[in-house]
Amino acid sequence: MSAMAAGLRKLGAMAIDGVWRFGFAARFFLALFRYSGQSFLRLPLTIREIYFSGVLSLLIILVSGLFVGLVLGLQGYDILQRFGSSDALGIMVALSLLRELGPVVAALLFASRAGSAVTAEIGLMKTTEQLQAMDMMAVNPLARVVAPRFWGGVISMPLLAALFSAMGIFGGWLIGVVAIGVDDGAFWSQMKAAVSFRYDVLNGVIKSFVFGVAVSWIAVFEGYDCQPTAEGVSRAITRTVVYSALAILALDFVLTSFMFRGL
Amino acid sequence: MSSNISSHPLVCLQDVRFAYGEREILRGVNLAVHRGQLVAIMGGSGSGKTTLLRLIGGQLRAGSGKVAVDGQDLSALSVRGLYAMRRRMGMLFQFGALFTDMSVFDNVAFPLREHTDLPAELIHDLVLMKLHAVGLRGARALMPAELSGGMARRVALARAVALDPMLMLYDEPFAGLDPISLSVTGQLIRRLNDALGAASIMVTHDVQVSLGLVDYVYFLSNGVIVAQGSPEEIRASNDPFVRQFVHAEADGPVPFHYPAPPLESLLDGAAA
Repeated sequence: MSAMAAGLRKLGAMAIDGVWRFGFAARFFLALFRYSGQSFLRLPLTIREIYFSGVLSLLIILVSGLFVGLVLGLQGYDILQRFGSSDALGIMVALSLLRELGPVVAALLFASRAGSAVTAEIGLMKTTEQLQAMDMMAVNPLARVVAPRFWGGVISMPLLAALFSAMGIFGGWLIGVVAIGVDDGAFWSQMKAAVSFRYDVLNGVIKSFVFGVAVSWIAVFEGYDCQPTAEGVSRAITRTVVYSALAILALDFVLTSFMFRGL
Repeated sequence: MSSNISSHPLVCLQDVRFAYGEREILRGVNLAVHRGQLVAIMGGSGSGKTTLLRLIGGQLRAGSGKVAVDGQDLSALSVRGLYAMRRRMGMLFQFGALFTDMSVFDNVAFPLREHTDLPAELIHDLVLMKLHAVGLRGARALMPAELSGGMARRVALARAVALDPMLMLYDEPFAGLDPISLSVTGQLIRRLNDALGAASIMVTHDVQVSLGLVDYVYFLSNGVIVAQGSPEEIRASNDPFVRQFVHAEADGPVPFHYPAPPLESLLDGAAA
């Protein structure tokens, strides 16, 4: 009985700790917006972060997009040709990428590549007292360090997702049209006819924007809130990747259920 | 030593108490530092020295009592007011805390660029003057990773005095320095304090070097000031705490061991 009580106490303490931390993260999110104006006034800082989060993630995004497109082309052709609909390969590849795979896989890759780097950088700045030194110099670290990294991620994410999808469609075309021999005109014309800008492209962009906000928020918060030790930074990076992946998949379900019901 | 010490304290702590949760760190500290003074705060590890420095810098707020800098109660200041106060303070962190993505030049220029509208040419000249004062004008293009510990500390010192502060705070400025760097850093701290007409508070363990530099010493133990005086008074003191600390004696009121049950009770598996 006492072991059970101890277990319940531990569970309760974990729940309280989790709620308290989420509350702190929410206040941190609001503070980010409060100090974002200052960071936009110093635009070069945000542009620099777009370079670090976005441009330096390009290679992994483009290569992954290509491979996902190649696989989609192969799998799609294999399924569609059973029903005599191999000409619809373009539609299948494009809708899969624009609605789901582009935003989701690009966000997962972005969290692993850029999110973890942002957490590590802010965490190490905290560990080496750089954030504290900045604060002592009357420069708010939220405005100078955190907000530019947050907005760098938010701006980069939809662009990376768009490039991922474009590269994926190119991969699907390479396999379907060039390698297998699906009709080139049918591939593109059916895609053009079936893909809606409003429901497919725009919803994909909205998804990737939401994922960008979630991943960037998690990344900067975990870095800022980490224990200032080597182990603390390492745990914060792990939390960034795990929480980001869970947040992306959960948000994807919620967004999809609102965006694509009965359409 | 400085001869132009003002009569009104620049920093004044009155019955300051502070606790991390249940753990009480400071239990009624009173302290005054005047302009022109270089003051050392000494004490064993965990005695609350760095906490005291953070309270003066406004990074922590006292549980009770008053921390006043230049007549202003820090606990009554808004964030904006605190930042305005900090523009008139400089702090040297234990390991420099240089921004690792900036060169030595950019580190020193950082507070000038953030807080002034000076033209780039003037900032350039000011930075070179500050770096020259710490003997590192030739290292301006280096990155922090290319500096030794002593050099990093001197760059951080140049950065801390970039805005000519009225109050300098030093957190263990001599930790880990070789004898030459230690002596150079100590002389720099003294010279900068006298040149700026500032007040300086230095948290340190290095008794002998500090007693040769400072104007006044506070000894902190278990969260209270247990002794204070000029270096001469400290050297001549018969207070057991001061004697143990100044002469680095193993036996005395400062225990070497962290509180634990007797060793015998832990041997032969008698207790875990």
